[in-house]
Amino acid sequence: MADDALTEILDLAKALDVLAPWPRFEVDSNAWTQIGHLLKAGDADMLALWCEPHAVHLALRAPASDACVVSLAISDGSFPSIGQFHPPAIRLERTIHDLYGIVAKGCPDRRPWLDHGAWELQAPLGTRPSAPVRDPADYAFLPVRGQGLHQVPVGPVHAGTIEPGHFRFTANGEMVARVEERLGYTHKGIDALMAGSDIDHAARIAARISGDSTVAYSFAFAHAVESALGVEAPARAQVLRGVMAELERIANHFGDIGAICNDAAFALAHAHCGIFRERVLAVCDRVFGHRLMMGCIVPGGVAADISAENAAEIVAVLDDLTPRFAEIVKLYDDTPSLQDRTCNTGIVGKELVRRWAAGGYVGRASGRDFDARRDIGYPPYAGMSVDAPVLERGDVDARVWVRIREAEASMKLLRGWLAAIPAGPLQTALPAVREPREGCAMIEAFRGDIWFWLRVADGRVERAHARDASVFQWPLLEAAIEDNIIADFPICNKSFNCSYAGHDL
Amino acid sequence: MRTLLLRSLFARPVTIGAPSPEDAALAEVGAALEAQARRLFGRSITIREVDAGSCNGCELEIHALSNAVYDVERFGIRFAASPRHADVLLVTGPVTKNMKVALERTYAATPNPKWVVAVGDCACGCGIFAESYATVGSVEAVLPVDLHIKGCPPRPIELLRGLLALLKSATSG
Repeated sequence: MADDALTEILDLAKALDVLAPWPRFEVDSNAWTQIGHLLKAGDADMLALWCEPHAVHLALRAPASDACVVSLAISDGSFPSIGQFHPPAIRLERTIHDLYGIVAKGCPDRRPWLDHGAWELQAPLGTRPSAPVRDPADYAFLPVRGQGLHQVPVGPVHAGTIEPGHFRFTANGEMVARVEERLGYTHKGIDALMAGSDIDHAARIAARISGDSTVAYSFAFAHAVESALGVEAPARAQVLRGVMAELERIANHFGDIGAICNDAAFALAHAHCGIFRERVLAVCDRVFGHRLMMGCIVPGGVAADISAENAAEIVAVLDDLTPRFAEIVKLYDDTPSLQDRTCNTGIVGKELVRRWAAGGYVGRASGRDFDARRDIGYPPYAGMSVDAPVLERGDVDARVWVRIREAEASMKLLRGWLAAIPAGPLQTALPAVREPREGCAMIEAFRGDIWFWLRVADGRVERAHARDASVFQWPLLEAAIEDNIIADFPICNKSFNCSYAGHDL
Repeated sequence: MRTLLLRSLFARPVTIGAPSPEDAALAEVGAALEAQARRLFGRSITIREVDAGSCNGCELEIHALSNAVYDVERFGIRFAASPRHADVLLVTGPVTKNMKVALERTYAATPNPKWVVAVGDCACGCGIFAESYATVGSVEAVLPVDLHIKGCPPRPIELLRGLLALLKSATSG
C-alpha cells in the first residue's frame, strides 16, 4: 500500500539517470507536496533533505524497499515546505534557508538555525550572499507559560569536556517542562568546503565531519564516490573497512557505556570501560597507525593494510576484553543504584522514533528495527547476518542494553573477518570521468545511519552533502527529558550522545 | 561485584610511565612565561577545556587523559567545570565564528595568571577548516596562545608531554 502510493507518484515523475546506486527523480511541486503527505502518514522515512542553488533534494525510503531521491527545481527562491506536514524536516528547512536563502513556504518555524548572525555573509552558499543584518544574541526561544516556571540556560560552553551547544531548560522546581536546543556553534561550512575540492581533499574533510565517526564518514564518502564512478573497492579493502568500522563501534560503545554509568555516579564501571576503550584505540594505533583510524579509508579502497600478526593482535585484545566486558555487563545488571537511575528515565516513545526515522541505538531501543548494515546490506555486510537487537522500552537502560548487545555482535563480526581476510590489492584506481555523476551511500555509524550524497566531475567534487544520525536524534532528546528532573539530563544526554559537529556541519 | 573489588585491590596499576616533556614545547612555554608574573602552583594546574568548534576528535583524546591508563591527575593536572577555577584554557577547533564570543568570554572569566593551550591542528591554525567562511582560522586569531600541541588529533601521550612541559615551566619559576 505504502509502496504503491510512492510508486504512483514516482511513475509520473521524470527519472534522471545520474545517481547511483539509487534512482533520482525530478518532481513538480504538486508531487513534492504529495510526498510530504506520504511522510506525514508514515508511509515512508525521510532520510535527508538538502539543497543546491537551483534545486532541493529529498531522500526517502519506503519500508522494505530501496531508497530514492526526489528533486524539485527552484525558480523563485522558494519551495513548498515538507516541515508543515512532517516536523522532522523543519530544522533542515531552517538550515536550507540559512545556507542558501531559499524559503520553505509554509514552514511553521522561520527562525534561523545554523546562522547565528556571526558570519560575514548571509546565505553563504546561495546565489546572492548578502551582509548579515542580525544580532547573534537576538534569538527567540519558544515561549513557555505557566505558574512557577523558571529557566535555566546551559552552554554553549559546558561543564565537561564536550562539544558546544545551548540548552534552554524551563522547569517547575526540579521537573523539566521543556528543554529547547539551540545548535550550530560548531558549523564549519563543510558543504561549501567540499564544493570544488578534489576528491582526495574532500575525503580528508569527510573524515573530519565528526571525529568519533571518522571511519563511518570516510566509509560513506568512499562508497558514494565509488557508486558515482561505477567502481568497487577490492575484496580485501572491503573486509578491512568492516574491521575498522566495527573497531570504531566497540570503542565508542565501551566509552559511552562507561560514561553513562559515570553520570549515575558509578565510577567503577567508568574506569573499566575507559580501559577497554583505550585498549581498542591502542591496538588501532599499532595496527593502522592512527588511534581513531582517521584517513584509513579512502575512495577506491583503504590506505592501511594489516599483516597476519596484526590480525592476531586484534583478536588477542578481543579475547582479553570479552570476559572482562561480560563482567562489567553483569555488574551493570546487578547494581540496583545504577538501575534506579537508568530504568524508566528519558523515555522516547515508539511513535516519535518512527516518525523521525531515528537510527542507531536511539531507534532500536524504542522498537524501530532498522540497521543500515543489514537493511541496506552494503559490503562487507551484504549477505552476513548482523545481530541488531531491538528493545521496546525506549529508556536510558534500553539504550545501554542495545549498545551492550551491539558491542558483543561487533566482536563476533570482527573475529569472523579477522580469521580470513581475503588476499589481494588494497585499492582500485578511480577512473577519470569528465561528465558529472552522482553517488550516494548510507552507512551505519556507531550512533546510527549516516547519509552521503555527492556529485563528481573531472576528479573534483562539485557538490556534497552529508547527514548525521544525530540530525534525527537531537529533537528526540528534547522529548526524552520532558517530565524528568534536570539532574537526569546528563544521563539522558549521554545515552543519546548526539554529535554536535556532525549535526552542525 | 565483591570479587571484582577484591581483585582490583590487589591488581597492579594500569598506568603507563610519564613521558618526558617535549623540548620544543618547553622552549615555547618558557618564553611565554617569561613575561608573566610567575606563580607557584604547588605543582598543580587546573584546566578548563573549551571546544571552539572541533570535529570532537581532540575531545576524545583529551577525555582519554583522565582514564586509568594516562590518569593525568597523578601529575597534579585537573579538569574544572568552570573557567573561574582554571589556570589553563585548553582550546580545540578552528574557532567557528559562532563560538568566537563564547571563547572570548570564557577567557575573560578565567583569573590571572592564565595560560592558553591550543590543541590540535585546527586550533594551531593549519587545520582543514581554515578556509571556511564560518571559521576564524585558529585560536591565536582570538586569544594569545602560550603553547601549541599539534596533531589531528594529538595522541594522549602527546597532550601529556605538552601539559607536563607547561607544569614544569610554571612551577620552576
